[in-house]
Amino acid sequence: MLIGKSPKIPTSEIISETTYLNRRKFLGQSTALIAGSSLLGSANAGLQPDDEITPEDIVTQFNNFYEFGTDKSDPYENAHTLTTDPWTVTVSGAAKKTGEFAFEDIIKGMTAEERIYRFRCVEAWSMVVPWMGIELKKILEQFEPTGDAKYVEFKTLVRPEEMPGQRSFFSSIDWPYVEGLRMDEAYNPLSIMVTGLFGKELPNQNGAPWRLMVPWKYGFKSVKSIVSIHFTDKQPLNTWQQLQASEYGFYANVNPAVSHPRWSQASERRLPSTLFNTNRRPTLPFNGYAEEVAHLYKGMDLKKFY
Amino acid sequence: MTVAKKPNNRLKLVLALLATAPALWLAYLISQEISLPTSGLGPDPAEGLLHYLGDWSMIALLVAFSVTPLRRIFKQPMLARSRRMLGLFAFFYVALHLATYIVLYVESSWQLLVADFVERTYITAGIAGFFGLVAMAVTSTKGWRRRLGQNWLRLHKVIYLVIPLALLHLIWLRKDGFGDIALYILWFSILLGERIYQARKPRAALTKGL
Ligand code: HEM
Repeated sequence: MLIGKSPKIPTSEIISETTYLNRRKFLGQSTALIAGSSLLGSANAGLQPDDEITPEDIVTQFNNFYEFGTDKSDPYENAHTLTTDPWTVTVSGAAKKTGEFAFEDIIKGMTAEERIYRFRCVEAWSMVVPWMGIELKKILEQFEPTGDAKYVEFKTLVRPEEMPGQRSFFSSIDWPYVEGLRMDEAYNPLSIMVTGLFGKELPNQNGAPWRLMVPWKYGFKSVKSIVSIHFTDKQPLNTWQQLQASEYGFYANVNPAVSHPRWSQASERRLPSTLFNTNRRPTLPFNGYAEEVAHLYKGMDLKKFY
Repeated sequence: MTVAKKPNNRLKLVLALLATAPALWLAYLISQEISLPTSGLGPDPAEGLLHYLGDWSMIALLVAFSVTPLRRIFKQPMLARSRRMLGLFAFFYVALHLATYIVLYVESSWQLLVADFVERTYITAGIAGFFGLVAMAVTSTKGWRRRLGQNWLRLHKVIYLVIPLALLHLIWLRKDGFGDIALYILWFSILLGERIYQARKPRAALTKGL
């Protein structure tokens, strides 16, 4: 084999790397709590024995973030221009507390904990990423969604001055990038809002200052750099569904049995893959998180609701 | 033989070197990749290779298709002597592109290849285009040219199908970011326009070519 084992990051390293990172107070705060909380808590129990953490330079330099360009290397090259401080989030729709909130205020006092998740892209490649995040449920409940809140819709920032992909004449995306979840999906304990990566602040190209992470769905569901949270009784029309409804649905659960018109979803290349070993492995239903989430879709025909 | 021949051979050599450059650069990237994985072709070399070769396949096809109009515009009949070579280069890049797909994407599974061919229209278009190129490459020798006579010209008109098939392949597989596609279509349209213009000219019969 050409590739050595990717180094497992020792706990001590994660903590020492984070302690000096307190540009934003909360991060310093969360770090202290991480030290005491279960770094390899129950959420990481879903890892398979051969799941190795993908090297950090790959996680931060190989991204799909079309706001910064369509090549995988574009976000790393272009996203440094993004201003993430100050960051305002608009909360609207079926909730008691709506309005504009400073990002810091929303997550104030909350603990970012480490969650190591498999990450599966619809393009048939995958990674294993140590995210730092807060359970989405905790975040959403502060806004006291009403009974009419059946879905939650998220939107990415639109700021063409800082996002070259949004200036592109040759893009057919109608910005902002929109994604959404059913409320019960959003409240599943696996759903988190990510604020960090490898024990550090979330890099811009990975969706700073915060992005969604729903590991049982294809990567495009996990919307980045969120500026809007909207509670609604209507199923959101997510961006990829707008573009190609025959190929991308609302649910986008990882499912090896439902072939995508562009890619077979039966298997995936776990990155890093090499010329001599593509590191291909079978794709698991719900990306290996069936135990945690399959009940959400009981009785649904997943071939129809893809 | 004649004095004029030398510079034209030089032209052919320059064109040959230019057409080899992407392959040489690729050889360098692969050597990087072998000495240090992910350093040459990135963390997903299957996609890296496929895209690199796909891009150069498209460009090489359009370059080969540009020879005849350029020959007419620059009154350089000797340019035509490079046409076969440039066409074979295009075939070479497409063949490597297909080989990458077979080895690294479907990993030599014929069932998967057939499934892709049937289910995914962009693969159907790509393979149809490839077969067109195979027919042209096989019959590109002097012997075949002589044997086929008038039919040779007719057969090689298949390029008018191959390039649109390649463009369809690209349009169907691309999700977003259509800048390069727009450029290719513009390039192809200009070449096609020139040919239509030539064909409509009364003396077209004399300079008729592909
Ligand atoms: C007829 C000649 C062909 C040309 C000119 C061509 C050109 C291209 C181009 C330009 C790309 C996109 C590269 C990029 O986005 O940077 C591409 C991608 C691709 N081509 Fe071809 N191609 C041809 C034939 C084929 C054939 C015969 C196959 C396989 C049967 C094939 C399979 C693919 C695949 C799998 C991709 C990548 C799809 C993805 O990104 O998911 N191509 N090709």
